[in-house]
Amino acid sequence: MLLGPALLLSAILFCIGVAGVVIRRNAIVLFMCIELMLNAVNLSFVALATVHGFGGQVMVFFVMTVAAAEAAVGLAIMLAIFRHIRSVDLKNINLLQG
Amino acid sequence: MTEIVFYVLGGFAVASALLTISQRNPVPAALWLVSTIFALAGIYVLLHAQFIAAIQVLVYAGAVMVLFLFVIMLLNLGREKGDIRPAPAWGLAAAIAAGIVGALVGLRRITPAALALAGWEGTVKGSPFDVLPGGLAVQSADSLGNVVASLARPLFETYLVPFEITSVLLLAAAVGAVVLAKRRL
Repeated sequence: MLLGPALLLSAILFCIGVAGVVIRRNAIVLFMCIELMLNAVNLSFVALATVHGFGGQVMVFFVMTVAAAEAAVGLAIMLAIFRHIRSVDLKNINLLQG
Repeated sequence: MTEIVFYVLGGFAVASALLTISQRNPVPAALWLVSTIFALAGIYVLLHAQFIAAIQVLVYAGAVMVLFLFVIMLLNLGREKGDIRPAPAWGLAAAIAAGIVGALVGLRRITPAALALAGWEGTVKGSPFDVLPGGLAVQSADSLGNVVASLARPLFETYLVPFEITSVLLLAAAVGAVVLAKRRL
């Protein structure tokens, strides 16, 4: 029975993603950390699908679709920002900072 | 045997994820994320989700990560001195991560038996087997003959409307990405 270890692994991967969002400043690496968090949640969906039926696997399907859409739009926004300020470092994206 | 393979792949996934967030240059970070994704695909196979494992490799490792690498190379990143925040952020990150892991592990206490003991059994309406279609994944995969059919049946019956909305979402994302990335319309 791999449900418990799989859920623990999912929690650990999610927290590594959160830690990455906190310690990095490169916006594209932040996107990768968000993908890592989405993958961790997918793992918990798949693990629970072994007990509760295929609804979990269908949810993974939808999460992957949303992640692909998010990556496409997010990277397009990064391209647009890079064209304006020639950087994707978050310390240079401070227009709204007080 | 399955447990050994699971722990090897899990350790590999955690190590790759740690390398993803600690690599200074974004290109190795993206490649370590690909390695995490492959390890997770292996774990999906162990959890009887073969089709999800296949689309994990095709969609994430094949499409999304190629998009990431393409943008990193298009923007010519990785020449800067590095973007990792100074030490105080590391303590904050470790504290948040430990807090979330602690909270999630603490959820182990909340089982149906514990809820019934606390007098909460009235709020749990029916078993999860009624909410989510299908029973034990392995059993329904066996009864339907293969894993793709057993995934396709709920996808195209119970979840047909969300599936169709997904296609609109993808169209909107494709149009939006083109509009945002184009220099001028």
